[in-house]
Order: sequence, then C-alpha cells, then structure tokens
Amino acid sequence: MTTSTKAAKIERLAELTAQNETSSGASLWREAFRRLKTSKMAIIGGVVIAAFIVMAVVGPWVAPHSPKALTWKDEVFLNRGEFVGPRGENWFGLDHLGRDMFSRFLVGARQTLLVGVVSMLIGLIIGAVIGVVSGAAATLGGAAGRRVDTVVMRITDIMLALPSLLLAASIAAVMGQSLTTVMIAVGVVQIPIFARLLRGSMLAQGSKDYVLAAKSLGIRKRRIVVTQILPNSLSPVIVQATLSLATAIIEAAALSYLGLGNPDPSVPEWGVMLSQAQRFFDNAPMMAVYPAVGIIITALGFTLLGEAMREALDPKLRG
Amino acid sequence: MALLSVDELSVTFGGVHGRKESTAVDGVSFDVDQGQVVGLVGESGCGKSVTSLALMGLLPGKGVKLGGRADFDGNNLLTMSQRELREMRGKEIAMIFQDPLSSLNPVVPIGVQVTEILQRHRGLKGEPARKEAAHLLDRVGIPDPTRRLKEYPHQLSGGMRQRALIAMAVACAPRLLIADEPTTALDVTIQAQILELLKELVDEEGTALLMITHDLGVVAGLCDQVNVLYAGKVVESADRHELFAHPMHPYAHGLLESIPRLDAPRGEPLKPIRGSINDRIAWADGCAFAPRCDYYTIECLTGTPALTVPAAAGHQVRCVNPVREPVEIATLETPDVTATAHGGTSA
Repeated sequence: MTTSTKAAKIERLAELTAQNETSSGASLWREAFRRLKTSKMAIIGGVVIAAFIVMAVVGPWVAPHSPKALTWKDEVFLNRGEFVGPRGENWFGLDHLGRDMFSRFLVGARQTLLVGVVSMLIGLIIGAVIGVVSGAAATLGGAAGRRVDTVVMRITDIMLALPSLLLAASIAAVMGQSLTTVMIAVGVVQIPIFARLLRGSMLAQGSKDYVLAAKSLGIRKRRIVVTQILPNSLSPVIVQATLSLATAIIEAAALSYLGLGNPDPSVPEWGVMLSQAQRFFDNAPMMAVYPAVGIIITALGFTLLGEAMREALDPKLRG
Repeated sequence: MALLSVDELSVTFGGVHGRKESTAVDGVSFDVDQGQVVGLVGESGCGKSVTSLALMGLLPGKGVKLGGRADFDGNNLLTMSQRELREMRGKEIAMIFQDPLSSLNPVVPIGVQVTEILQRHRGLKGEPARKEAAHLLDRVGIPDPTRRLKEYPHQLSGGMRQRALIAMAVACAPRLLIADEPTTALDVTIQAQILELLKELVDEEGTALLMITHDLGVVAGLCDQVNVLYAGKVVESADRHELFAHPMHPYAHGLLESIPRLDAPRGEPLKPIRGSINDRIAWADGCAFAPRCDYYTIECLTGTPALTVPAAAGHQVRCVNPVREPVEIATLETPDVTATAHGGTSA
C-alpha cells in the first residue's frame, strides 16, 4: 500500500470518527463519575450537600425574619427564663434574645459553608504545593531531592504532632478574633494532611512501570511529574478534600464554640449558635439541637460523598 | 564496527550500609549490528533485564556499581551523563517493556502519550503531531488509529496496548530497540502477531533489535544471534541455527531438551533441568551451573571456565565438558507467525 492511499485512509477514518464522537474517550474521571451516580451513598451525600448549598445561597433571602433584630425581645424578657418553642410564626422558636431561630439557622448556613470551603481550599492548595514539591523531589530529584523531601516532611511531622484544635486555637489567639482567622486556623491544620497524602501518592506512582517507560523514552523529569505522576496521584487528594470539608465545618464550629470565632455574636453561624445555646441548655435544649443537627447532617453528607468517591476512584475496581 | 558493542559489562548491587554485594551481571559481552536481532536468553534472575536497564542508564544511581563498556556508535553508554542519556533515549535507543498495561499511563489518552515523544524529540506539535501519531499507530497495525488516539489504555486490548507501546518506541526511528520480554504478558496468537511486527520493523527500517526473553520459541522465530545467560555470564553464544542444532553448554542443551514435544510418545516424562538458579556456586570457584549439571567433573570446579570456540566459527561456549550430542527438536522449527498474524488488520 502506498503512502498516499494510507494517508487518505486515515483521513477518511478521522471523518467517520468525528461523526461518532460520543462513543469514544471514556476517561477514568468520567468512568468514576458514572460509578458515583449509581452509588446510594453518593446520592444521599449529594442530596444533603445540595440542600445545604441551596440553603447557604438563598437562605438570607427566604429567611422570614431578620436574623439579627431582637424582634421578640420583650416577649422573652417578660417570660423570664421561659423560652418560646416552635410556633406558626417562628418554626424553630426564639432564642434567649428574642430572635427568630429559623432565620438564624438559614442565614448561618452560608457562614458555615464559607468557613468550610475556604479553610479546605487553604489546606488543599498550600498542602498540594508542598506535597508536589516534596513528592517530585523524592521520586526524581536524586540524592539532593531526597534531602529536600526529608526536610519538608519533618516540618509537616511537627505540624501533625500538634493536636489540631490546639494548633488552630493558638493561631486564632495570635491573630485575633475574626472569621478570617477561623478560616486560616482551620486551613493550616489541614496543610500537612494534604501534603503527606499527595507526596505519598506520588511516591507510589513514581515507581510504576509507566514512569520507567516514560524515562526510557527520554521524557524530561518535569514533564514526567506533570503529565505522568500527578494525574495518577490526585484521586486520594480529591477524596480527602471532600472529607476535609466535614472536619473543617466541625472544627470551625468548635473554634466558635470556644469563643475564638467571629467577634460579632449577632452574626449567625452554626458553631456560634451552638456555643450560645450552651448557657440555656437546661431550659431550652432545642436551641442547641437545631445548629448541632445542622452540623452533623452536613458533615455526614460530605463524608458520605467522600467515601463514595473513594470507592469510585479506587484503582482496584477499574475495569 | 557494531552499532552496540557490549564489553565485559558488569552490574553489582548492594555494598551500601554494610550490606553484602551481589553481582547480577558478571562480565557480559555481545555485539548488535544494524538490522540484526540479538537474543539474550535465560531463566528468571540470570541478569537479562538488569543488562537492558544498565544499557538504558535506568538503574538507580545509589547502590549500583557498573563495570566494563557498552559502546553505542562509539560512545560509552555507561559513562554518559543523565542529560546526554535523556537525549539518546527514545531517539536513538528505545525500549519495549514486558507488561503493556502497566507501562502505559492509565489516566492519559494514548494519543497524548504518543505525541509527547514526537514533541520531545522531533519538535512536532498540534495537528502535525496528531497526524503523525495516527500514522504511527497505523504503522504498528492498530485499526482505526484516529479513534484510538482518544482512548485510554484500559479500553485497548492487550495486543493493541503492546502495539501502542511499540509505536511509542519506534516514533523517532531509533537505531537500537531493546525489547524486554515483549510477549510475556500476551496470549500465543497475539505473541505471534507482535513478533511478526517486530520482525517487519527490523527488516524495513534496519533497526537493530536486542531481544530479551526466556522463551525459546521467540528466539527460534526471530533472533539471528543468541546469547544464553546463566547467573550473570554468557555461557553460550551462537547463531540461531547453530544453537538449536548443536547446543553445547549443558544448560543450553537442557533448556532445549526441556521443551515439551508434540511428537513425543505418550507418557514420556518431561525433562526438566534439576534444581533452581539458587543452587549455584560463585563463578570465581568454578562453573556456576555445576551443581545442576549432569556432565560436571572435578575440572569444572577450578576457576571460571573460559569462553572458547570449540567447533563452528562464531559459536562460543563457556564449558570444560561441552555436550556433543545434538538435541531432537523436530517440532521446534520457526513458528509460522505469518499464518496467524494480521487477522483483519492488513486490509
């Protein structure tokens, strides 16, 4: 067969393939997504998270009353210690200052989501950068690279050795009370986790045959890291990011509960609401239950989705 | 002068942290000429793969000692810097690995993996690179190449994956191709097709091929010159026909005799080589094969036997008591690879 007919053949095939585009190229990510859609755990988690996000986005607009205004303060003060429970006007009842709990709950979701997402991103981005540097140095950097890796990993070890809440509390104490501080404090705690995870995952991929094959074809080290090792190392990190959102929300709540959160107590946030409810737990336990259940269900939603993703991305299940 | 000339190559592992040294390759010499297929044959652990990795400069730097020379086109591969080697790899020398699934990146489409090499060594990018990649896949007999370029390794069959790997290896028309057991992970029909493809590449492009295998069928079908390795040393080196007709080293003799024969009488037992490669003595004390050998005498235990030329020209044997009787290998003729190859791909 001559070259020209061969070229014509290939071009003809390209044309035919273009018409049949959808049938090819099922990437592993797409494959994982397909598996995710059939997982009950993922569906439940996804629905919970979707509900939470919708609440966080539209909450402030649909809230029936102002979350900050002490609308029913006279009623609460007159009753002296008698808290108003759920009723037609206030679905979740009133808090100790006569504010509508349902409105506070709705508006608080946004703060909680913000804290969770931002602090997870802080941990993910900084942790991933450290992990990539360390992982790349360890797999392909030779003797000098291994030294870099050792130093970086000892630093993360030190960070991991501190109890996470204590570390976050010290950071919050040093930087002063604000929502930003909470986000940074919770995010910093996540950094070593992401760094270790990505480095370990890259190290495992670095000894794979396809990396050796790429080396045998003379591909440069940087290219090997970017195109070969990194894409294969990401799935545990993505799973961890989902799971981290749950921990971040809980830790942020814990910091608010300890009084290290937003200094303005009128801004509703689930952790703040929980810490405020503590004082009145004997008289009005429901005041604590609403934000607590909110935190638990949201964290559960992220955990379920994370676990489902771990299963969907598991290389052992790949066909 | 030969394209690749390996002279007394030795690879020693260990020796760091007070660990005992072990010599995986112990003074191996062979030549590979342009357009020639040279086989390195031996059982697991005899140093075949280590030889190939040493030639590619892919052994870890730490805890590995290299000795001897390996001249490729007049330059010693063993003393080249990693930078120089990176320029050579894929362009001048390329390698095909044993397990095609694990040697391809599972999350990157085939097309990207092929174009990467074209970009690295030939500076091709974008559309021309894609066209060339499709052409390469077509060259190695992958049907519907443009569609395959978008697919991921797990969507390809085992034979197609190995073809894709071969396409990557030959992308820059290397002068030397090292194939490390390229057919081991494949079933017999696909094996034959892959061997046929390699033969075609050697014939058409004049590529030199160093074939590393434990499969004597592969040797019979493909290799011009065969080196039999045992415990890190070449024990017999001969032209393919000469080796199959008159294997002289008891190990090579035993390997050929141990092949099951279709025409053997019913109930005839197989003839294994007794023991395993772990039953050996140091080459310095005598012949490493002596503990497993049926022919050994006390002379075998006085120092390393030399590689001598006992009979036909070019036939070398490292043995003091070479076997003189031929092996009956009536069924072990060159397998007819063309009969099974190219089922529907050559249309």
